[in-house]
Amino acid sequence: MRLRLGQRVTYTFQFGIVFDRFPQLLEGALLTIRLAAMAMVFGLIVAVICAYLRTSGPKPMRWLVGMYVEGIRNTPFLVQLYIIFFSLPAIGIRFEANTAALVAMIVNLGAYATEIVRAGVQSVPAGQIEVGLALGLKRLQIYRFIILFPAIKAVFPALASQFILLLLGSSVVSAISANELTAVANTLQSTTFRAFEVYIVVTLMYLAIAMGFRALFAGLYWFVFVRGRGA
Amino acid sequence: MRYFSFNDFLFILDATRWTIALSLLAFLLGGLLGGVIAILRISSFAPVRLAAAGYVQLFQGTPLLMQLFLIYYGLSLFGLRLDAWTAVTIAYTIYAAAFLGDIWRGCIQAIPKEQWEASRALALGYLHQLFLVIMPQAVRIAIPPTVGFLVQLVKATAVASIIGFVELTRAGQLMTNATFQPMIVYPIVAGLYFALCWPLSVWSQHLEKRLRVENVMGRKR
Repeated sequence: MRLRLGQRVTYTFQFGIVFDRFPQLLEGALLTIRLAAMAMVFGLIVAVICAYLRTSGPKPMRWLVGMYVEGIRNTPFLVQLYIIFFSLPAIGIRFEANTAALVAMIVNLGAYATEIVRAGVQSVPAGQIEVGLALGLKRLQIYRFIILFPAIKAVFPALASQFILLLLGSSVVSAISANELTAVANTLQSTTFRAFEVYIVVTLMYLAIAMGFRALFAGLYWFVFVRGRGA
Repeated sequence: MRYFSFNDFLFILDATRWTIALSLLAFLLGGLLGGVIAILRISSFAPVRLAAAGYVQLFQGTPLLMQLFLIYYGLSLFGLRLDAWTAVTIAYTIYAAAFLGDIWRGCIQAIPKEQWEASRALALGYLHQLFLVIMPQAVRIAIPPTVGFLVQLVKATAVASIIGFVELTRAGQLMTNATFQPMIVYPIVAGLYFALCWPLSVWSQHLEKRLRVENVMGRKR
């Protein structure tokens, strides 16, 4: 495909070079998917714990979780990543690039998801909690057996879009040379000098991965919350 | 090797203005484009509506970093020599427009349809309906999420450091390379971002409470 702009400039697209190295890109994409999926699982676990501490934990804990959430939500992911990868080794905590990326993603998602899950927890009618108390359940049991399920159901769409934002945001972990999709693209770009073709293909791959995850979430929602539960 | 001095801190503080400048520029230009996107998305002409929705889907569905790379490397291939400022401004304008367009569409659609019908009954034309009746009400509910997006935009400008644009994060990197004190530099950088974003977050939450958004948004479209 040729593109002509004015009289002087011609650019010939060469996607062949990119597709020759497609297996490398696929490998990068797999790592991106793995990082995102693991961050989603662990981030949600962090969120469920922190949302409990934030709503019914002891005062200092509530305060601490509040600081974590506000601190993360008001600073860029990239800076959080740099602190984990570059600053922490100075006090003896050392991660290899891919692990640092995963830790940063979990810490980041955990904070956003805590706020979302907390909103879900607060949407559960007080009457249900009173029922739990009347049945003699402990606070943690009420959270686990009564609140958690409808809370997550209520905020599932918000959680899903936060997960997608995390997936797209994960492309910046290439800045610490974690070898996920964007990093592979950067390497290809610098060896083939076909920047535009490489990045177009990779952008479309991200789009496809995001759509895949959206479909997965829709399926998950149906499987967990709708199937066989009536209304 | 030298120690991190007050001058180094001033260097980082000084770079904060480029973060602020880029955020404001992207917000203003992206706001203009986003306003157009929002209006196109509620158009009664399906192809226009779908094109605007496609724009939003495309730019919300792909990484910002990829958009930056495509504009930075892509356009230069066609002989358009872009300096970092132009490339970054274009990229963030496009990015902000996708999000603001979507937020504002939601706000316009949250206005009850009776408002459209009543103004129609008063023989107002489409533009008069939109700008005299719907918009003034939509702006009210649009302010809190718009301020909230500003926080997201300020944070997103950090990504521009990856293509070498010197702002807060990049200044932090430069200082780390000079002083080898990442344990001091990056927390300072994070603190400066926090100082920019947190007041906006608090303000946005305050506005949301005061305007009782849930009362307006809760109604059926």
